[in-house]
Parts: sequence; C-alpha cells; structure tokens
Amino acid sequence: MMHDGFGVPAAILVMALVTHAMRAGGFWLMAFMPRSPRLHRMIEALPGAVVAAAVLPFIVREGPVAALAIAVAGVVMLVTRKDLLAVLTGMAVAAGARAAGL
Amino acid sequence: MSKPRDASARVPFVSRAGFNLGARLALPVLPGMIAFGLAVGATAGRKGLSFFDNFFMNLFVYAGMSQIVAMEAWPERFDAVALASLALLCATINARLLLMSASLQPWLGALPAWQIYPGLHILTDPSWLISMSYRAKGGSDAGVFFGASAIPALVWMSAITAGYLAGALVADPRRYGIDLVMPIFFAAMLVPLWRGARRSIAWLVAGVVALIVQQLVGGWWFIVVGGIAGSVAGGFLDDA
Repeated sequence: MMHDGFGVPAAILVMALVTHAMRAGGFWLMAFMPRSPRLHRMIEALPGAVVAAAVLPFIVREGPVAALAIAVAGVVMLVTRKDLLAVLTGMAVAAGARAAGL
Repeated sequence: MSKPRDASARVPFVSRAGFNLGARLALPVLPGMIAFGLAVGATAGRKGLSFFDNFFMNLFVYAGMSQIVAMEAWPERFDAVALASLALLCATINARLLLMSASLQPWLGALPAWQIYPGLHILTDPSWLISMSYRAKGGSDAGVFFGASAIPALVWMSAITAGYLAGALVADPRRYGIDLVMPIFFAAMLVPLWRGARRSIAWLVAGVVALIVQQLVGGWWFIVVGGIAGSVAGGFLDDA
C-alpha cells in the first residue's frame, strides 16, 4: 500500500507516462515501418476516419440538436470554406435549438 | 535508439510564418478548449485535488477527456489496482494519439528529437487535424504543427487554472452550444479533406465500425477501433 500523501502524484505520474507513451510511441514506431503506397493511403484516410469514428457515435448519443448543428456547420463550411464561421454558426444553431426547448 | 530507415530524408522546414499560420488555424477551437478547460479545472477542485495537482496533471497528462473521466472515477485509495485501472483508462481513451502521432512521422520524422518529442507532448485532436489538413493541401512547413499545438496548450493551461479557482462559478457550457465546438470543428474539417465519394467509403467504414463498437463494447474503444478500420479500408480501396 502506498502512503496516501503520494497517492495523487503517483496517479498523475502513471496517467502522464501512459498518455505520453501514446503521443511519442506511435511516432517512434512508425519510423520502422516499411514505406509503401498502401501505407501512404492509410495515412491519408486516417484524419477523415478518426473524425467519422468520433463524431458519428457522438451524434447518436447527443441526439437531433447535435445532428442539426453539425449538419448546418457542414453546409456553411462547404459554401464558405471558413471554419471559424462554420463553428460559430453551428454553436448558434445549438444554442437556439436548446433555448427553443429542442 | 537505432536510426529510423528514412533518417536521410530532408529535415522539414520550420518557420515563424508557419508557426503563426498554425496558431491562426487553431483559433476556431479555442472557445471550445477554454470551456472544456474550465470544466476540467472545476472538476479537479470539486474532487479535492490541490492547485498544483491540477496544474501538473494538465501539464504532464494534457489529455482533457481522459482526465475528466479519470477524476469522475477518482479512487479513494491509490493502491496498485487503482493505479492500474487509471493506466488502462488513459490507454483506452488516448489510444487515438498513437495513430495520430504515427501519421505525422512520414512528414516530421527527420526533425531533431529535441524539437519533435516536446512538440508531440502537446499534440491534440485539433492540432493533428489542422496539421494533417494543411499537409493534405500540399503544405510542408512544420511550423504549422508547432503553432497549432502550442497556442491551444497555453490557452488550456490558463483555462484549467481559471476553472480550478472559479470552481462552481463555471457556467453550463451547453447553454451556448460550447460543448459542441469540438465535434462541429471536426466535422467541418471533413470538407477540405474530401477527395471524392470513392475515398470517403473509408470514412463510412470508420463511422459504422465505431457505432458498432460503441453499442457492443461500450467505453472508449470506438474511436481508435473505428479509426483503424477506416484507415485500413482507405489503404485497400485503390487496389481494386
């Protein structure tokens, strides 16, 4: 058993080591991977894949307000190509929909 | 440490102008980071962490979602079992960072270790997306990655400190739609990443796999498993 006074710092240390290992480890390991066109395509597909994997379950969990806000922001982005405007419009839609009791 | 096989690759260009561009590209996510940082700081205070516990957790861990989930399940006693479950929790929620840092390597791999590893410590979802999107458009200035990572980190450290001090005064972020800033920004980033319907099959695979994992497994595996599935699908798409 650890002395209680060291419990929180020990927890922070463990969390920090594990998280930093993720940030540094992927980068470090990748240097040993053989380069190929397929690996290049996998890396190209990754940003969109991570976004889809994070946002789709989020929409399902949060419901119609999130879906509406994200859809409106997507359209604004598509038309204007300005991400700040898209984010602000999406936030305004969410705030408005919630104020209206949706 | 042995030399990576592409050690002879050209060292990427890092400029002040690129740093400033990265900082500017990160502006849309700053309101979301501030709101989230305030919530993380306030949670730390509510859970009885000291000012310095909160400060150093954010400085060394710097992964807000895993911190807030960990603090919601904060153990009474920090025995080996409690520490192991905290480690597993951080590994699950932050496994996506493994993919993100790996995908930066072909671009930034030739940077000196003393530059890139501190830079990777402040790698976040938005700074990665900004950097990858910039790279996809043909950019190569590594300063963009550092700018898009450093400015959110500074804003974050201020927000978690303010949140800790303000505590219960922190307003409900849902009222202004601030809780949706990150998902909205991520979804907006799909527009410049669009490379035609055929390539986006990979995104569909990622989303569907993530939904299935979320329903069947629960927890936080769905992002990393969905991301890997979509990436592998993208890798094999153009073989046919």
